[in-house]
Amino acid sequence: MANYSTNEFKSGLKVMLDGEPCSILDNEYVKPGKGQAFNRVKLRNLRNGRVWERTFKSGESLEGADVMEHDMEYLYTDGEFWHFMLTDGSFEQHPASEEALGETIKWLKEQDVYVVTLYNGAVLTVAAPNFVELEVTETDPGLKGDTAQGGSKPATLQTGAVVRVPLFINIGEVLRIDTRTGEYVSRA
Amino acid sequence: MNDALWRPGANRDALLARQQLMQQIRTFFASHQVLEVETPIWGQTPVSDPNIEPVAVAGGGYLHTSPEYAMKRLLCAGSGDIFQVCKVFRQGEAGRRHNPEFSMLEWYRVGWNHHHLMVEVAELSRILLGQPDLPVVVLTYREALQRYTSLDMATSDDSSVQAVGMQLAGQDLQLDRDGWLDVILSHLVEPALPRDALVFLHDFPASQAALAKVRSTSHGLVAERFELFFNGSELANGYHELTDAEEQRRRFERECNGRPLDEALLEAMATAGLPDCAGVAMGLDRILMYRLGVETIADVLSFDATRA
Repeated sequence: MANYSTNEFKSGLKVMLDGEPCSILDNEYVKPGKGQAFNRVKLRNLRNGRVWERTFKSGESLEGADVMEHDMEYLYTDGEFWHFMLTDGSFEQHPASEEALGETIKWLKEQDVYVVTLYNGAVLTVAAPNFVELEVTETDPGLKGDTAQGGSKPATLQTGAVVRVPLFINIGEVLRIDTRTGEYVSRA
Repeated sequence: MNDALWRPGANRDALLARQQLMQQIRTFFASHQVLEVETPIWGQTPVSDPNIEPVAVAGGGYLHTSPEYAMKRLLCAGSGDIFQVCKVFRQGEAGRRHNPEFSMLEWYRVGWNHHHLMVEVAELSRILLGQPDLPVVVLTYREALQRYTSLDMATSDDSSVQAVGMQLAGQDLQLDRDGWLDVILSHLVEPALPRDALVFLHDFPASQAALAKVRSTSHGLVAERFELFFNGSELANGYHELTDAEEQRRRFERECNGRPLDEALLEAMATAGLPDCAGVAMGLDRILMYRLGVETIADVLSFDATRA
């Protein structure tokens, strides 16, 4: 991979820092008076999402990270890996570990499309779309007529995720869920 | 916002503010009997400052990084009080508050020291910022570090300075004491200085004297140098100017990193002599940023370096 100098750092650039692939969030050039020039850089560690703040001497460089984002369809799991396929017609498949899936494992539905980040060709992270539609597989019986407000109850979805839903929801209904908060939005 | 590259970064209000700023500067100095001068933008020898990178010109020579050396030759020749507004060029300085080409106001007052000049810098800054009642805060470099860090310039050793700097930088940048002090000043002290006040830091470490006189105090040597900060950014840098030609040559030789020395300035200082004086350089684009309430220097420049 190419090296990037501090003056090429810009938001979205993928670089290696401490052996970890990172995405640059912000880069500020600071130069005190007659003093030395620095770049104060914010980076997101792409493996765990943590934000790092580091200062570099201006003109220093970092190695680029071989990181690519792709749209991929979720196919199936063999119990050890979760298999995704590129949507570009190449039928190329990539296995993701449970670690790479993280929280997204709660929202995986076959044939839905996810943003898969590859690092050196292997799956680093899988991001769910902001909204997913999932079927209720288990919940207490719905209360007829209670379509206004008031009360909620837990419901288990087809992926195994448990969310709070209104009392009128029944088994078999398909719900729209916000994956960022894990909250029920509406009936689909 | 339209990002087409042919378009100016500054809108018409910003262009007008620059015109008004120039008028205010000229009115101010005319009423104070300070002579306006022009010195060459191109010169045969580069700046000696180790942390400032001049732009070398293909046909030979360099663009100036400040008009300081030439203006000092005028002072040696007996010009008396002088000021200049000019474009200066510093390679690689680009960011939210930096453009490699920028506008500088520089002036010299004969017979003054840096304290006297700080008063005038405050007076003009209030006018140019359009805030006539701005309070002034004056701190020594040592006081500022004591106030905002655990360090004392008089007693803290290099390793404790480095420890504070490394904490701020998040890694070991392999810097010397002054380098770590630069980290501490820019990352911790500057952002913590009082807001909505003209904050002067003075009596810098002698190792950061540049072209300022050095004075002995009860806690060691300090440089008679000041910097003006306003709401987190540096607006001006001034000196009680070094007049000793021998000492000037030693500093040039120590700092020049193999660049040729400005022998014309050294000769002027050694023969005619630089009169006792104080001088200051002020960044006008940053003043305009505050005046207009904009966040990036590109907004006050017709065409910043990415569009020029």
